[in-house]
Amino acid sequence: MNLFLQQLINGLNVGSIYALIAIGYTMVYGIIKLINFAHGEIMMFGAYFAFIAATSYNMPVWAIFLTSMIIMAILGVAIEFIAYRPLRNAPRLSALITAIGVSIFLQNLALLIFKADPKVMPKLFPEKIFYLGGIEISSTTLITVGLAIVFMILLDLYIRKTKQGRAMRAVSEDKDAAILMGINVNRTISLTFALGSALGALGGVLYSVAYIQVFPTMGVMPGLKAFIAAVLGGIGIVPGAMLGGFIIGMVETMTKAYISTTWADAIVFAILIIVLLFKPTGILGKNTREKV
Amino acid sequence: MDQKKKKSYLINTAAIALLYLLFFVLIQTKTINNYFVGIMIMTCIMIIMALSLNIVAGFLGQMALGHAGFMAIGAYSSAMATKAIVDAGIEMPSILLLLVALLVGGLVAGIFGILIGTPTLRLRGDYLGIVTIGFAEIIRIFFINFGPTGGAAGLKGISKLVDFNNVFFITVIVAVLIFTFGRSKHGRAIISIREDEIASESAGVPTTIYKVLGFTMAAFFAGLGGALYAHYQAFLEPSKFAFMFSIEMFVIVVLGGLGSLTGSILSAIVLTVLPEMLREFSEYRLLIYSLLLIIMMIFRPQGMLGRSEFSLTDFIDKLIMRKNRKTTSDGGEK
Amino acid sequence: MKKRIFSLSLVAMLVLSVFTLAGCSSSSSSDEVIKIGFIGPLSGDAAIYGTSASEGAQLAVDEINEAGGIDGKTIELIAYDSKADQTEAINAYNRLRDQDEVVAVIGGTLSGETLAMKDLMVADNMPVLSPTATAVDVTVDAPNIFRACFLDDYQGKAAANFATNDLGAKTAALLVGTGNPYSEGVSAAFEEVFTANGGTIVGSESYGTTDKDFSAQLTKIKELNPEIVFVPDYVQTVGPILQKAAEMGITATFMGADGWDGIQEEYADAAQDNYFTNHYAADSPSELVQSFITAYQDEYTTVPNSFAALGYDAVYVMTKAITAAGSTEADAIITALTETENQGVTGTLKFDENGDPKDKEVTIIKIDQGQLKFETQVVN
Repeated sequence: MNLFLQQLINGLNVGSIYALIAIGYTMVYGIIKLINFAHGEIMMFGAYFAFIAATSYNMPVWAIFLTSMIIMAILGVAIEFIAYRPLRNAPRLSALITAIGVSIFLQNLALLIFKADPKVMPKLFPEKIFYLGGIEISSTTLITVGLAIVFMILLDLYIRKTKQGRAMRAVSEDKDAAILMGINVNRTISLTFALGSALGALGGVLYSVAYIQVFPTMGVMPGLKAFIAAVLGGIGIVPGAMLGGFIIGMVETMTKAYISTTWADAIVFAILIIVLLFKPTGILGKNTREKV
Repeated sequence: MDQKKKKSYLINTAAIALLYLLFFVLIQTKTINNYFVGIMIMTCIMIIMALSLNIVAGFLGQMALGHAGFMAIGAYSSAMATKAIVDAGIEMPSILLLLVALLVGGLVAGIFGILIGTPTLRLRGDYLGIVTIGFAEIIRIFFINFGPTGGAAGLKGISKLVDFNNVFFITVIVAVLIFTFGRSKHGRAIISIREDEIASESAGVPTTIYKVLGFTMAAFFAGLGGALYAHYQAFLEPSKFAFMFSIEMFVIVVLGGLGSLTGSILSAIVLTVLPEMLREFSEYRLLIYSLLLIIMMIFRPQGMLGRSEFSLTDFIDKLIMRKNRKTTSDGGEK
Repeated sequence: MKKRIFSLSLVAMLVLSVFTLAGCSSSSSSDEVIKIGFIGPLSGDAAIYGTSASEGAQLAVDEINEAGGIDGKTIELIAYDSKADQTEAINAYNRLRDQDEVVAVIGGTLSGETLAMKDLMVADNMPVLSPTATAVDVTVDAPNIFRACFLDDYQGKAAANFATNDLGAKTAALLVGTGNPYSEGVSAAFEEVFTANGGTIVGSESYGTTDKDFSAQLTKIKELNPEIVFVPDYVQTVGPILQKAAEMGITATFMGADGWDGIQEEYADAAQDNYFTNHYAADSPSELVQSFITAYQDEYTTVPNSFAALGYDAVYVMTKAITAAGSTEADAIITALTETENQGVTGTLKFDENGDPKDKEVTIIKIDQGQLKFETQVVN
């Protein structure tokens, strides 16, 4: 039983990181219907900036997170402005290829600047193990899960309660109607990219703290898993991405623990496929039949 | 009309024969060495992969991001088949053995195309995209863990049956088949689904059947491409068929122009040869590649040729016409 | 219209650039230069191994050239990137053979890429000496392919013998990277010999090649509480595993194979008092080893790992063979290679009938306060 609870904690840890990254995918998709393949690379660069902030400038922990998130928010907006905005009215597949291009570009840029060998992320949090009725929780796990949940609640409040948040929902609902209502669509899209990228960077920093390394291709697999999480929850729906992230994290850890480590990824994909076959728009997605 | 068709056939056949003759002479006289021949063989295989993916992505308008999965199935199944034949000591001329390999690779991949396509093709757009990624990854993980095909260590000792001569003609045949299919009644029905699924359904096109048909054909030819790959490399490793390889093929198709087969061919040539030529700039080659991709998409989102096909006949006609009208007009461009 | 012209010219440029680039192929083979090829991953995730091996090889080439080369002819080492990909490796090999017209190849660095090139190499009868490809099949049925390193199962056996005989261990758990033939091969040999020595394998856990989260597996291993945890994989995977294990308070001794080389740099604390099998020890008193380390550090500032040492040795062995052959004919070089014996940085190298090293010593290294310490040497 203890072993099971321990594995549950492990799953929660990965899941919260996937959820943070998945939010970025889902927000961008919700607003411009683009799978932002470069999101995994945003996460990777976020981790690199945190690494630099921690090793070269000896910043306090909160400043490391803040620097990385702000820089990535700016970079996210810049990417949208340079690479995606010119394609807003182009065929969607072209925009997708551009996103893939940006992803490959950022990956190789990192390879050129930082080189291929993994950098070791310094321990940002004091190391301590908490005992909770027979199960052990490390401080890193506790902080990772805690930070992820706090930021998710903040984001949810922001989207639901503030004016800009309402504008975001309006644009993702119907862009043309939003323009008619006097909403500045371009600014709203930029804001979405900023928020999504900042959360992606947060996910990246937490990921690199939890799994110690920072390297140019680190964004690929978590990016793909987070994307699956977003689709599983219903892409475009923020709470869906959070739910999807936790589900994927749990499924992955439990499969590794009790079924097979080598088939874990395959089982994650199989679950996704099965869910989509029965509920083609994801768990929280609304079913819409296309009309003539 | 018929006269025009006949002329077109003649011109294209002549052009292909000439092209082959040119390469043949160049290879025989050792003007181009094995290194270039190797790149040319890989280019031919990538042309087949791009053409087959274009059936789903271009004709059918579906986002299929798992083409490497079908290629892997074709590669592994054909390799197992030829290995079994060779191990059983059955003597066969190598061209026949290659035909068996192509047939097995194509058919097995095609069967998986039906199995995967039937339930999933009712998903739309991005959802279909992620499901195809999922299947391709499951296939790859399967081959990593499957003992009889060598697992992660790879499958060794596959007969090397592919050379430039046979791969060239197989590519030509595949291209002709896919061209003809695209212009046929069935091909047009598939294209109508891309244009407007609901409208074509209302017009009496059985959309589900045609979607599965298109998907299966694509899988068949991808399997065939995989069989060629297996019998050219003579060694298979599951890691080759990772997610990025599927993306690479998808990029070729979009860059050439969705639905344009000549575009796919052109784009497959450029994108296979270009990275190889950038070998000197090893660190920068993917950087350059990705930048070109972004710039290309921003300035020409419909791809190199868009949806139109390059026609050699029209091109020659235009050349002759221009010569004739040199004095009266300033050129025949639209 | 303007946009159309622009984009059309873009397309034209792309196509043209391909053909002009394809056109410029020239190779001048001078009789005064002996060209040797090198293939290994110089970019990508595995870049560290290819780069180290090529640096070691280049160092040896420089030394030999300074000492007068082979009968007055200088050696040129042409290194190409395989990106750890089969197709890339085959293209690189074809290019070495046809464009550069090399007389011999040092490579490939990884087992997978070497196996991919094997058939071609055998068909061409190219003299090949892989510095570091450890998979058994590399040299099987390939009279022209040799290697400088010991095999996966050889060091797995040595590790198991060390665990039983020197550490007195009775229980061990395996943590294996599936999808990684190296990891699978070494641990299979370890399991066999450790059990034969009377030990018990209490558990066998695995992970995929792209996995970064090992908490599920380590949680299970902690429950099993073995004396030894055997993790034969490369540093970038082993490092995080050790760190996570330390974080979780796992007290077992971790052991590994030559992929651990370099672990002391970034993961010193987590790797403290653990052991691994290696090709050489940097703190060996041998004069040969010390002069190699000094020369390498002068050139590349870092302490050479075993890949660099093997690359270095491989070039010396190949040069010896070419000198003995007295020509650059493939058959002569291959015959000479079978008879070559070389006292190198990684020990005495002579080849058995497969082209594998015969009775090569396995060095056991202990990690102590960020240093790799020579522990003992094992000959199976």
